[in-house]
Amino acid sequence: MSTSSAEVRSNGILAALAPHRRELSVLLAYVVLLLVLAVVAPRFFRPDPIRALLVSNASVLVAAVGMTMIILCRQIDISIGSIFSVCGVAAGLLVKMGLPMPVVGLGTIAVGCLLGALNGLLVAGLRLPSIVATLATMVVWRESLRYAREGQFVRDLPPSFQWFGLGQALGQTAVVALAAVVFVVFAWSLRNVAVGRSVLAVGSDPEAARLVGIPPGRVIFGVFTLMGLLAGLAALLNAVRFADVDPGAGGGLELQVIAAVVVGGTAVTGGRGTLLGTLIGVALLGSIGPALVFMDAKPQWEKAVQGLIILAAVATDALERQER
Amino acid sequence: MLLELREITKSFGGVRALKGVSFDLRAGEIHALVGENGAGKSTLIKVVTGAHAPDQGDLWVQGQAVAAMSPTRARELGIAAIYQQPALFPDLTVAENIAIGLEPGGVLRRIRWKERGDRARRLLERIGARIDVQTRVRKLSMPEQQLVEIARALGAEARILIMDEPTASLSDQEVDRLFQVIVDLKAHGVGVVYISHRLEELPRVADRVTALRDGAVVGTRRMDETSRGELIRMMVGRELKAVFPKTAVAAGDVVLETRGLSCARTGVRNVDLVVRAGEIVGLAGLVGAGRTELARVLFGLTPADGGEIRLRDRPVKIPSPGAAVRLGVAYVPEDRRRHGVILEMTTAANITLATLRQISRLGFLDFARERAIAHDYVARLGVKTPSLDAPVGNLSGGNQQKVALARWLVAGPALLILDEPTQGVDVGAKAEIHRLMSELAERGLAVLMISSELPEILGMSDRIVVMRSGAIMGTLERSGATQESILELALGHTAAARTAS
Repeated sequence: MSTSSAEVRSNGILAALAPHRRELSVLLAYVVLLLVLAVVAPRFFRPDPIRALLVSNASVLVAAVGMTMIILCRQIDISIGSIFSVCGVAAGLLVKMGLPMPVVGLGTIAVGCLLGALNGLLVAGLRLPSIVATLATMVVWRESLRYAREGQFVRDLPPSFQWFGLGQALGQTAVVALAAVVFVVFAWSLRNVAVGRSVLAVGSDPEAARLVGIPPGRVIFGVFTLMGLLAGLAALLNAVRFADVDPGAGGGLELQVIAAVVVGGTAVTGGRGTLLGTLIGVALLGSIGPALVFMDAKPQWEKAVQGLIILAAVATDALERQER
Repeated sequence: MLLELREITKSFGGVRALKGVSFDLRAGEIHALVGENGAGKSTLIKVVTGAHAPDQGDLWVQGQAVAAMSPTRARELGIAAIYQQPALFPDLTVAENIAIGLEPGGVLRRIRWKERGDRARRLLERIGARIDVQTRVRKLSMPEQQLVEIARALGAEARILIMDEPTASLSDQEVDRLFQVIVDLKAHGVGVVYISHRLEELPRVADRVTALRDGAVVGTRRMDETSRGELIRMMVGRELKAVFPKTAVAAGDVVLETRGLSCARTGVRNVDLVVRAGEIVGLAGLVGAGRTELARVLFGLTPADGGEIRLRDRPVKIPSPGAAVRLGVAYVPEDRRRHGVILEMTTAANITLATLRQISRLGFLDFARERAIAHDYVARLGVKTPSLDAPVGNLSGGNQQKVALARWLVAGPALLILDEPTQGVDVGAKAEIHRLMSELAERGLAVLMISSELPEILGMSDRIVVMRSGAIMGTLERSGATQESILELALGHTAAARTAS
């Protein structure tokens, strides 16, 4: 038996990187995009556009972390856009009640947690297919919110709300830092905490997981709850960027997030994927819009280009599967 | 001669499933096919229906050699097969199911509903079945579904009908009805290949019987010139290859004891079983005898609804696999490639999967500990893997099985349940797994081993428990057991067995 470090040395760096081929190819695509930008539109790399890019994608990343775990478990959650909207409005209403910001933050996350747990109950408890269960909750929350708010923004928020009352520069840093912390904690935990391994086991083969005493139902309930929690946090990070809360803020978020996770190499069949891949996926898809602007192309092309990237990513996966 | 097979051979990845089998079927004849699990009956049937292409040998249908048999060609030639589990579309009506494959014309043809219904009614009438043709198949009982399948075969003008254990789930009355239908078909010149484990029912329908063993024909007899005893003798006697016999160990304390254990949902009935430390108890029986079902009850996958389980003299409930693991029960399932190991995960992760608690502190994984444990067990069990980080999917079957075993040895269970531990592994790995099992018993583990290979059961077990229809039919001591005595129990006694189903 050779140990793995000896293995790595004997086969070289390429072999060590082989399991991460998928992440590397997305990274390569991103690097190519950045190189093109460096030549065509060097203005893209000034501090301001970079900061804007980071701030606007912080909440997408947080939601994508949750979605990665959902998809790793062979599930899907299309209700996160609605949960995101509900949580954003909740944050606005809570702060208008005069509560201090930390309480508002916790309250917002708690709402997300609750809605996520409800999805978990439907999927793990009632054994509904997750696409149907979360389609139902997506519509219910979206339409309830429409009824309650009639599209009205939550206005006249106290100054403690926007940028957590820290002012724009510091507030932006705080938003990005929070997202970064969430990402690092989850990326590390997925590999280093026993529960993370249970998630991978359930996603790879729920029956095999059951046969070693890991209860798939509880794991699935857990990831849906976590998804809700992260959607709540993402909503908070998004809401504090503005003076008012838009009740439609989460529209389409679910697709954006699922796309980032899939582009990042997480297999929709579950069990395989990394959060690092998801990070690259979020960065790549998130950069398309600004890149088009800086390249003087019509920004209307953003969605089309994103669609092509998704297509390329899943086509690569399919080809690779046939090779095996 | 309706059907003639000449010297058919078929191998699957080096395993010879059929070794030059010759078989024939005349018009208006019922020819029974008997043999143990894995004797090659199913493979033979699949060659006839075109599901498997033979490696060598000829297939003749109604005096004509058929070079390339395929399922479509088989249907054209009038060959139809009916399996134990009816293969119908549950959400379509009886008439629609019967119509599939019978109606000429393209996909855009107009469906003549009246014709469709009439044909179904006519065919069902011919076999004396009273079934409304507009019923959805889902709502029919198992025997009714079988009748629908027979009607469909008749509609396709099948001249050769293959029936694989058609009576396995039928009551006495239903069996009588089915036999009437078969005898009637025979009178119309249809030839029937009839596979059954119920030797006692063969004299009622069969004209001839052929026994298979280890992929070869042992002999063909006229039904009225043979006996149950002779058939059993023909079926047993598989080669004793690569069995590493268990070393004798003085049995220790009782580890597992069940009294009247039952699970209505899966048909486990009234099981009294004792397994002691240091003992390997072999669980023998035919496929479908309820052995895996019993294992699943003991592991909490389908919890018991009657009787009691005692582990190390304490009454316990096992409501979930998690509870079973905590109580010291380990289970290596039969379907290794699907659920025994997680193919995408690394060798190390697979080995520690059942014991994540042991390798983590406050929920954080201790990788050094994990590698040490994995390294230790890989060495002890002789798992051949390129590295601890190689996905288990890259290993051979025998090595995957060792990984599945290692996982439970790390957990240090009191009772180890092995379901077909050497199925589909090569000869060398098989001997190693047997040696391992022996060592484990020596160290005081109680082992319950399910196996369909009689030589393995005889070579490895201290005691042999034989099951049939979810119940225990008898227990044999190692010294007194023979292949015949096991099979005798597994096939059941004529009278007792009928009431048991």
